[in-house]
Amino acid sequence: MRAPVSWLREFVEIPADQDGRAIAEKLIYAGLEVETVECLGAGVVGPLVVGKVVSIEELTEFKKPIRWCQVDVGADNGGIRGVICGARNFYQGDLVVVALPGTELPGGFKIAQRETYGKVSDGMICSASELGLGDDHDGIIILSPNFGIGIDAKPIVGVGEEILDIAVTPDRGYALSIRGIARELSIAYGVVFADPGLALADLPAPAATSKPIQCASDDETGCALFTVRTIRGFNPKAESPSWMTKRLVASGMRPVSLAVDVTNYVMLELGQPLHAFDIDKLQGSIRAGHAAEGTTLETLDHVVRNLSSDDLVILDDRGPIGLAGTMGGFATEIDDDTTSIALEAAHFDDGAIARMARRHKLSSEASRRFERGVDRVLAPYASARATALLLEFGGGDYVGMTAVEAPYAPTVIALKASEPGAIAGMEIPQSTVIDLLHAIGCEIDASTELLQVEVPSWRSDITDAVNLVEEVIRLVGYDEVPSTLPTSAVGHGLSLSQRLRRRVGMTLAARGGVEVLNYPFVGEAEFDALRLEADDDRRSKVRLANPLNDEQPYVRASLLPGLIAAARRNLSRGNDDFFIFELGSVVRSGLGTLVARPSVTQRPSEDEWSALNAMLPQQASSLAVLLSGNQQLQTWSGPARRYEWSDAIEIARVIADVAGVALTVTTGNDSSFHPGRCARLCIGDQQVGTAGELHPRVIETLGLPVRACALELDFDVLVQHSPQARKAPSVSAQPVAKEDIALIVMDEIPTAQVQQAIVDGAGELLESARLFDVYRGQQVPVGSRSLAFALRFRAHDRTLDASEIAASREAAIQMAITRHGATLRGA
Amino acid sequence: MSGPNTSFDPKQVSALSAESVDFVVSEALLAIRAASDLVTLKEVRLAHAGDRSPLSLANREIGALPPAAKAEAGKRMGIARGQIKEALDLRESELQDARDSAVLTQETVDVTLPVDRTALGGRHPLTTLMERICDVFIAMGYDVAEGPEVEADWVNFDALNVPPDHPARTMQDTFYVESPESGVVLRTQTSPIQIRAMLDREVPIYVVAPGRVFRTDELDATHTPVFHQVEGLAVDVGLTMADLKGTLDHFAQSMFGEGIRTRLRPSYFPFTEPSAEIDLQCFVCRGESINHPEKPCRTCGSEGWIEWGGCGMVNPRVLRAVGIDSERYRGFAFGMGIERTLMFRNGVTDMRDMVEGDIRFTRAFGLES
Repeated sequence: MRAPVSWLREFVEIPADQDGRAIAEKLIYAGLEVETVECLGAGVVGPLVVGKVVSIEELTEFKKPIRWCQVDVGADNGGIRGVICGARNFYQGDLVVVALPGTELPGGFKIAQRETYGKVSDGMICSASELGLGDDHDGIIILSPNFGIGIDAKPIVGVGEEILDIAVTPDRGYALSIRGIARELSIAYGVVFADPGLALADLPAPAATSKPIQCASDDETGCALFTVRTIRGFNPKAESPSWMTKRLVASGMRPVSLAVDVTNYVMLELGQPLHAFDIDKLQGSIRAGHAAEGTTLETLDHVVRNLSSDDLVILDDRGPIGLAGTMGGFATEIDDDTTSIALEAAHFDDGAIARMARRHKLSSEASRRFERGVDRVLAPYASARATALLLEFGGGDYVGMTAVEAPYAPTVIALKASEPGAIAGMEIPQSTVIDLLHAIGCEIDASTELLQVEVPSWRSDITDAVNLVEEVIRLVGYDEVPSTLPTSAVGHGLSLSQRLRRRVGMTLAARGGVEVLNYPFVGEAEFDALRLEADDDRRSKVRLANPLNDEQPYVRASLLPGLIAAARRNLSRGNDDFFIFELGSVVRSGLGTLVARPSVTQRPSEDEWSALNAMLPQQASSLAVLLSGNQQLQTWSGPARRYEWSDAIEIARVIADVAGVALTVTTGNDSSFHPGRCARLCIGDQQVGTAGELHPRVIETLGLPVRACALELDFDVLVQHSPQARKAPSVSAQPVAKEDIALIVMDEIPTAQVQQAIVDGAGELLESARLFDVYRGQQVPVGSRSLAFALRFRAHDRTLDASEIAASREAAIQMAITRHGATLRGA
Repeated sequence: MSGPNTSFDPKQVSALSAESVDFVVSEALLAIRAASDLVTLKEVRLAHAGDRSPLSLANREIGALPPAAKAEAGKRMGIARGQIKEALDLRESELQDARDSAVLTQETVDVTLPVDRTALGGRHPLTTLMERICDVFIAMGYDVAEGPEVEADWVNFDALNVPPDHPARTMQDTFYVESPESGVVLRTQTSPIQIRAMLDREVPIYVVAPGRVFRTDELDATHTPVFHQVEGLAVDVGLTMADLKGTLDHFAQSMFGEGIRTRLRPSYFPFTEPSAEIDLQCFVCRGESINHPEKPCRTCGSEGWIEWGGCGMVNPRVLRAVGIDSERYRGFAFGMGIERTLMFRNGVTDMRDMVEGDIRFTRAFGLES
């Protein structure tokens, strides 16, 4: 809502020294968010005066037509001056706005006597855009003929007018009007407010020459009040007064014609949307009701709209002629020949208008007001004001008003007088509560212990006692509320999952990982690029109805697409070597069964609550890593080392260690990964993730560096297996015995299995077995390799003797021989 | 060690004379001093203090002396051996020092060589900022609550007093999960976590809820369709707006320094009543820039205050929807955008930096928390 300050001052006696910024400050503290304070013609300095065009000489020798005008700017300003002008929208005798030499226009443009088009131009005739008053480039400003020649034109054209731009929250429909904002200012300044919404304009007695248009409402809930005033003999050529168009422009509306301008002007002033119909285009009476399913209506914006029976519309005897409270129909529009006007002013239900505006994707100045609640009783006052203006400037006869209204009872709310203070945490006396509620327009019965508060008709947002509490506290001032601390909070600290997320994040970052937070939107192309099978769970089944990008309509079921996109951005910026990771949410299923919304007037039952949750897709935390380029750059101390498959697996193992979980690595099979360099990561028998080198096709398709590696882990499963508290080991003080063995095994036997055989065979005396070398070459048969393990033996209670150690070592070797056909190297 | 004197020969005993001993000692000391390295010194030690050294050989003769002379000779020999040993040890220590300093000098390296084999990574500053905020509230006795990103619109809207036709639904441009009638959305705010906390926990409730939220805005320097909020909720007997203010003041001071204040301005949120916008006193200029136009403040645009978030007392309608007796309990809630907080706190000027995952951006924050 753009509110010119001069308009506000018409209804409330704001102290003269208060400028726009000061007024804005007051409104901000009253809860109206003033976003900007704009000053019209802010850059205009110096003599801007009213001048009269005395004569016009057309200069035709130039590329475009130019006028050499003699303009009388008054004796004090040098009398008649010659001015060159390119505009053509004025005539001899018109009053215009002249910037005399010495004037500075917006943008620092200085006016001076200068020679141009062979004449000495002694000033400038101004357009609105040149004065920073609007974007209207149609021509220069023509003033109405009743201003004195030579007087200051600044106040006349609105230079210096301040405009408050207010972002009105949905609960304050009343503030979408000069009336509502002025009321807030009257409270803020403690000054008198002359409510223009309660003063019925004087209208002449209805002429008996014809009958007023009849009206009706078929839906008393949707349309509780419907009024129509009829005017005949209206002059269709009459123009809007400049003060009106000036305010309309300042408020962000385009002047159209007197009839339309008046309805807009009154809407801005009082908050009541109005609509004018051309009676000659109507058939019979007007009524509010519902459209027949399947009918259509062409609205003023020339869109043909398919109507549903839920649409609240205005109808004449033929059918729909307007979307109620939203936009009129094209067929009954006021035009240049309209002489008979039916002026509709009505009250429509906020929900009905909101639904219709949404269905037709149509938001108008009218619908914005009805959605937020218009004063329930205002319609006849507003239409009287509009009618008076139409008659004043457009002439004609007032023929009378017809109206229908459902019974109206104001909302009455019981309020404990102590409640505002109790909620604020401070003392607010009952007298203050009553005074402040009075100020916003409430009537209060304080004869009983509970205050009976009658809410004014323009505050449909006030429905509960707590709404009154807010009004009182905001008017007392939030700054007055003291600052204290609650005392009884008792927390439990972070959960295991929350602690683990921090720990893993820290560990990865300390090892060189950089955390990224990617958008969760993915599409088919990314699934395909990752070579996901048709039934792969990572092809998300959760699709958005209104994605930002049609190529990415799904909610991610894997973090890899996002990481790959981040990787590509880094590569494109010359960041070639990186280890990036993300810990975030993914979906693991599609939607469940749709259920009805539970009530909001009581706690949902356990069944309702679990059904509501079962409707959502399963969601889980996932952890993914992408490795690209060099793990170590070439330095003075050694060559570069690229990230490779083993780094991905090592990171998985480190994460598992951080979680206190034993990770089993086996040969994996995942369509996104290199078939020979993919590890399946398990906790016990449960798969928890995959790690390795990405499939060369994936790398090629996505333009990643060769051998890029990745890892994805189900973080929730990791958390499930993570111990709350780790068990202490028993550390033996007995001496250790060290033995190395080298076993030759076939290439296809995974090292992990050989290691397991050693562990199983050696028995409990084995403390650890660590692979320290893999050898392939002449010393071992083709198709096999030698695995060298360092074994450590130790007992808890004694020094092991040589025969025990030898027996255990031998048993380990035997197990490897039995299970895997290993041979002991060097035996 | 000297053996028994089995073959007494008085001539040989002259080796024990004071003159002979002095001569041997002076010979030894000369040799010791002359030794220029540890290998030579070892030879000198063998020659002058070894089993076959003149002194050792002379020592064996003590047993042959008459008992009266034994003590004197023994003493003389002891002194002599002590002198040689002392000189040897001293020289050895000198030579070791010399050798060490020579060798270690040779081993000198250029410690200014760049040592950057493994760069430290970094956690995303949004993550660490959310953790920092949570830590402030954990210290105040709050728990950290969480909820799903794909959420039922009943939880995201209805239960928060935003009925289906309410204009507030269009205040936030919502992503709907297909079909539009599914009743499933990407949460537009962290407030649905409040509903979950109130349904899943017993009163009193004190929770702080960080999370990622979604609105259909295109990415630009100041907007992103995916962003983060932190929300706080307290429900208890007798809570007041003053408690809300005090909590916010404490929070602001913990994050931005002693004495920093907050300011509340009336506003509207369907789920709180009364509702307010939270302004944070500018922690850089502390309001000084307002009256000193010659010293403008970039952080607050010389306003003195920074818009930070929204708050209010939990609307009794919200308590009713989760079955909490609003006659007995009151609540307060507040929330703020993490991106915005990071922007003014750490001087991030472009939203895209937080979104694009450029490693240079995030690395700069390291492991800060």
